[in-house]
Amino acid sequence: MIPLTMPHPVAPHALLSGLFRNLPWPLPQDASAHGPALDLHLFLNLWIALGLFALAHLLLLIGLLRRRSPEPSEDRIWRIEYLPLAALALLFIALAVQAERLWAATRYTGADPAALQVEVTGMQFAWYFRYPGTDATFGTTQPQLVSAAEGNPLGIDPSDPHSHDDLVTSELVLPAGREVDLRLHAQDVIHGFAIPEMRLKQNAVPGQTIHIHFTPTQPGTYAILCTQLCGLGHYRMNANLRVLPPADFAQWIAEKEKAQP
Amino acid sequence: MIPNQKSANPHALRPRLSFLRRYIFTTDHHVIGLQYLALALVAVAVGSTLSLLMRLHLSWPNLALPFHGPILPEDYLALVTLHGTIMLFFVLTTAPQSGFGNLILPAQIGSRTMAFPLLNAASFWITAAALLTLLMSTFAQGGAAISGWTAYPPLSAVASAGPGQALGMDLWLLSIGLFAIASTIASINTLVTIINLRCDGMTWERLPLTVWGWFTAALLSILAFSVLLAALVLLFCDRHAGTSFFLPAGDLVNGTLHSGGNGSPLLWLHLFWFFGHPEVYIAILPGMGLTSMLLANFSRRKVFAYRTMILTTLLIGFLGILVWGHHMFVAGLNPFAGTAFSISTIAIAIPSTAKVLSWLATTWRSRPHLTTAMLFSLGFVSLFITGGLTGPILAQPILDQYLHNTFFVVAHFHFIMAMAGIFGLFSATYYWFPLVTGRMMSESLGRLHFWGTFLGAYTTFLPMHITGLAAEPRHYAQLTGIPGTAAASLLAHGSIPLQSHITYSAIFLASVQILFFINLIHSSHHGLPATGNPWQATTLEWHPELAPFSDQFASNERIAVVRAPCAYSDTSFQTQWDTGHNPE
Ligand code: HEM
Ligand SMILES: [Cu+2]
Ligand SMILES: [Cu+2]
Repeated sequence: MIPLTMPHPVAPHALLSGLFRNLPWPLPQDASAHGPALDLHLFLNLWIALGLFALAHLLLLIGLLRRRSPEPSEDRIWRIEYLPLAALALLFIALAVQAERLWAATRYTGADPAALQVEVTGMQFAWYFRYPGTDATFGTTQPQLVSAAEGNPLGIDPSDPHSHDDLVTSELVLPAGREVDLRLHAQDVIHGFAIPEMRLKQNAVPGQTIHIHFTPTQPGTYAILCTQLCGLGHYRMNANLRVLPPADFAQWIAEKEKAQP
Repeated sequence: MIPNQKSANPHALRPRLSFLRRYIFTTDHHVIGLQYLALALVAVAVGSTLSLLMRLHLSWPNLALPFHGPILPEDYLALVTLHGTIMLFFVLTTAPQSGFGNLILPAQIGSRTMAFPLLNAASFWITAAALLTLLMSTFAQGGAAISGWTAYPPLSAVASAGPGQALGMDLWLLSIGLFAIASTIASINTLVTIINLRCDGMTWERLPLTVWGWFTAALLSILAFSVLLAALVLLFCDRHAGTSFFLPAGDLVNGTLHSGGNGSPLLWLHLFWFFGHPEVYIAILPGMGLTSMLLANFSRRKVFAYRTMILTTLLIGFLGILVWGHHMFVAGLNPFAGTAFSISTIAIAIPSTAKVLSWLATTWRSRPHLTTAMLFSLGFVSLFITGGLTGPILAQPILDQYLHNTFFVVAHFHFIMAMAGIFGLFSATYYWFPLVTGRMMSESLGRLHFWGTFLGAYTTFLPMHITGLAAEPRHYAQLTGIPGTAAASLLAHGSIPLQSHITYSAIFLASVQILFFINLIHSSHHGLPATGNPWQATTLEWHPELAPFSDQFASNERIAVVRAPCAYSDTSFQTQWDTGHNPE
């Protein structure tokens, strides 16, 4: 039940060996703080499902193959049906309780106030990321101002002083080991913001701001996918997440800020 | 001996009707049932072909189709949308609920008619119009809709959102709207029939579990399809009447700015899944009932814990209305609501498990007759277990946050709904074929068909768990050649190696179905003649007075039942009705 992780990135010729080394559950690398607990719970669930699958099929097969006996009396319904049912119910409840704990830990409360603030905007068929800059405040946006051609895909309002230092990127760059508070937006249709290696998925819904928070732990480059059908370019709507050691991140953002017009 | 062979003139006692009146514009529920089944057969052939095209494209993206050329991303999405819509509505809802529901249900409760014959015919023709509309949408300007069977707005609400989202989407809405109307009418008909037309002695507890399946599915249908219909109308208004039920203010879709009111896309998700989850149970409940009855029939046993079976059927129906949010854990639902829906969803696993335990107890050490119909029922149990076990995993929001919209979900519902549902339909066909045609289907072809289909189902859908765990997303028109190094490499080492295996398996699975069609056509002319009650069934559809298209059908003999179904002992059996002498 120890989560085996997949080395990343893997050269194409190592595809098959990569898959087999990680059987039976070939999850991609796990690089977030909440991930290992999630994986462990998932593997537990999968093993239990596999066990019950085998048990049920064994009962079915043995029942078919052994010679005929008188039909089970309904007086034994407690032994045959209700007790196993109660046991399975307890098992499901235990799994659910543990799952709710993990869910509550990541979702019931917001991010730490000290978390890094990043805004994520999904649009057909790209992700954009915005950092609030030194004033720690995002400038306002207006859909009328959106113009990808003029370099303003998010419609940031230049008349808002908060907007001047906002930094817009097409890759998400984060420091390792620091919590990030993402605010998800969608400009047009619903998109699915997903980072498999961060064990994270949350839809971005037009007209809504949805916060999620997580802490990347391992530096590397990871895939941000779109997982909610959003139109013909859905399959190619992705971006990179680059997790950097904290010092490199500080340098990266400083350079970006300096390059701002 | 109860003769049931077709006599020279099967309609001797019936008024002579023209061909059109008898077979096309008929109000005879047997014929309507067959019409529905024929429609579902056409639909399943089309739907399967579409799925093969999808699989071929995923494995060989450069493959060009004759008369069409390469499959473009929008073509792929149109295929997904049509495949899902056709299979869910026109196969898995239509065939069990309306097809066999018409052909068999009235007889099983001892009635010679459905409650509203004219409405019955109307709902068939509306369903046919709905299918035609959907198929025609492929030829619409801009192509067929591309927003999936769940049609989330704003993608589905704004014509500029993509190809196929203009006229194609309107036709999709029209088609499903018609279907919802037809299903509502049909379900009212089913409910009134079951409530009012049961013969003497047919108490609720003596109803076969198939009837309980149809009954519960009909209750759910009325509730679910009426909400769906309302949602469809609202979406149509958003598209054409300037309303903003699902469109937020300032929504900017591909250059089109929505400047109207401030609606919410999530409202659609709530309405849709309030329909959508009961819908999956509508598709499977009749199959569950049939499985229970056939396992008992061929095991020569009672259904173990019959009352509990009735109760769990109703409980599944009831809980089925309370779980829709499990499709929305990561859709923007309040996380506390996620927990609530998680609990109600896990709860539904309990009556489902009870059913499985009951099936295992019914067949336990029974040495059943492994006819083809029985094999498909056993296959149903296997598939239901396999698909059912991943349900509680997906029902845990923290795990769903990894698995949602991956192929793991595709594997879950293809096992528990698509494959189990189809196995139910095969069981029904092999089992009731002699009743309708007076001939048996070939058992040897049937067994071959079963083993091929069973093997094909597992080899096709089991690996999808693996690619899903490796994060392969649903609805991707391509898995290779996508821009973005990290994404390309993630998909490449996670899921590509299994893709061609899945595709080959799918081709195998589809090809095996040719055996079924051969059997169907061959046996209807050359099958062995069937005796009156070839399976030694106990339920009323095998009553000589009730057999469809038989001489005696139009007689007025009173039908009455005297006992519960499945009165089997090791050496004999008793039908629900009193035959006055020992049956064969
Ligand atoms: C043990 C009982 C079951 C549980 C706990 C369960 C749970 C779930 C959950 C949580 C999902 C959402 C997964 C996601 O989208 O991320 C789901 C999806 C689905 N389930 Fe089940 N399920 C059960 C039984 C069934 C049955 C009996 C059917 C059909 C007959 C069914 C058909 C489906 C379908 C079609 C979907 C996918 C819908 C879509 O996204 O298009 N499930 N199930
Ligand atoms: Cu997207
Ligand atoms: Cu559901």
